[in-house]
Amino acid sequence: MQENELIPHLFRTEYSKITAVLCSLFGFEHIEIAEDIASDTFLSASEIWGLKGLPENPVAWLYTVAKNKAKNTLKHQAVFHNKIVKQLNYDAQRADNIEIDLSPRNIQDSQLQMIFAVCHPAIQAEAQIGLALRVLCGFGISEIADAFLTGKDTINKRLLRAKERLRAEQIKIEMPPEAELGSRLEAVLRTLYLLFNEGYYSASYNTTLRKDLCFEAMRLTLLLIENDSTNQPAVNALLSLMCFQASRFEARTGENGETILYNDQDISLWDQELIGRGKQFLSHASKGTTLSKYHIEAAIACCHTNREDSQEKWDNILQLYTHLLQLEYSPVAALNRAYALAKARGKTQALAEARQLQLTDHPQYHILLGELYTGIDNQKAISHLKTALGLTRSSADKAILSGKIAHLEAGTYRS
Amino acid sequence: MKNFLFLFRADQFVAAKGSPEEMQATTQSWMDWIGSIAAQNNLVDRGNRLNAAGKVVRPNNVVTDGPYTEIKETLGGYTLIKAASMEEAVEIAKGCPIYKIGGNVEVREIDEM
Repeated sequence: MQENELIPHLFRTEYSKITAVLCSLFGFEHIEIAEDIASDTFLSASEIWGLKGLPENPVAWLYTVAKNKAKNTLKHQAVFHNKIVKQLNYDAQRADNIEIDLSPRNIQDSQLQMIFAVCHPAIQAEAQIGLALRVLCGFGISEIADAFLTGKDTINKRLLRAKERLRAEQIKIEMPPEAELGSRLEAVLRTLYLLFNEGYYSASYNTTLRKDLCFEAMRLTLLLIENDSTNQPAVNALLSLMCFQASRFEARTGENGETILYNDQDISLWDQELIGRGKQFLSHASKGTTLSKYHIEAAIACCHTNREDSQEKWDNILQLYTHLLQLEYSPVAALNRAYALAKARGKTQALAEARQLQLTDHPQYHILLGELYTGIDNQKAISHLKTALGLTRSSADKAILSGKIAHLEAGTYRS
Repeated sequence: MKNFLFLFRADQFVAAKGSPEEMQATTQSWMDWIGSIAAQNNLVDRGNRLNAAGKVVRPNNVVTDGPYTEIKETLGGYTLIKAASMEEAVEIAKGCPIYKIGGNVEVREIDEM
């Protein structure tokens, strides 16, 4: 790895570890101090490595510097003497002896505790994702703003509010008690699922960033699987779903960042290793008696790893969507079920049901109707696609819709 | 939104007479119907199918097999849905596959009081 790539790379992997360990030591109310120490460590690295060249073991160097900076902070900051050191029950005079444990075990434990704190139900979903990206994944403010298609100020305010809320609610950085683990884990999975989808379906054109978002969501989910108390079926199901979706990363984006639809993708670009991992996690997920929405979504995604159409495949997908809707209704699932219905029972039956959904505010509703009307009533198809074009925010969707409308209007469209 | 109970009644012997293929088709049409209710966010509980065998307990400890008083209208199952009005509930009930075998759906609003 080139020297100029090393610091960004290490920042991505090590910043969040250092922050997690320090934060779980200091408490969430002092998260800014933990972040400052971590940032300061990287600032030192960039200055000193630039002058003296790379140390032999850059990670160990970062940990040593971070520990020293933390100890100095503990020694010199009056706030710390009064607030934290007292709480921690350390003798301020002997701050040198404070153990700042950056062992792999403690890094993992701290990160796990941080996941639970960040995904606390007291914080709004959007803020959770932002906070997760910042403190768990080490993303910069401008990257987070880019992922959300919004400005840095908005993100800064959102993060500030989330941190204030964490303080106000006095949320502890610890594993939730046994009795709460189930419901808290559910909240964590929901956030990780959103984080993954934010990357996978983001309207942002920055494909590298979108991939990073997805891989970070997968890394955090894997962290839960590697811990015995959180290695539960629903977690495995979620990671399985993520693996199946991520397997199509290379195939779903063209050279210029344009979206390539599922049916037009080059199958040889599908990552078979990830598909295999997905199947593995799905089989782990089937131990036990709980059936989460992630199980069903993973099962649907598993069906899609084979592109050949068959009656059996679409019957399966149709019933899985029906099941999903019974577990938790969502407009997206209702629209997807209508598409599966078209594949399994024909467009006419699907059209009759799709029209009843009346999800007229959703671009996807009009995209679906456009698709179903194609070949039956092309004028109506065009009209729905134009409505969708006006509703969608995604530039990738816009490009695909414009292309399809042009073909339909010229009479050259083949579905 | 109010909740409504669908009670499915049919002649159980007609229902049982189909070939395996016909039974498969029946199962599928029921699943599709329940699915379309769920897709419109009108499903509360898919409910259960009831076994044909049963007993009726009457006053004075009288227990009889049954209820076979009206064999054409055996209660075969129930589903709980939600709808804005009785009219909407009835519209949903019209999609039920039970009419193909001469059965019927009784639609009853659940009294929440």
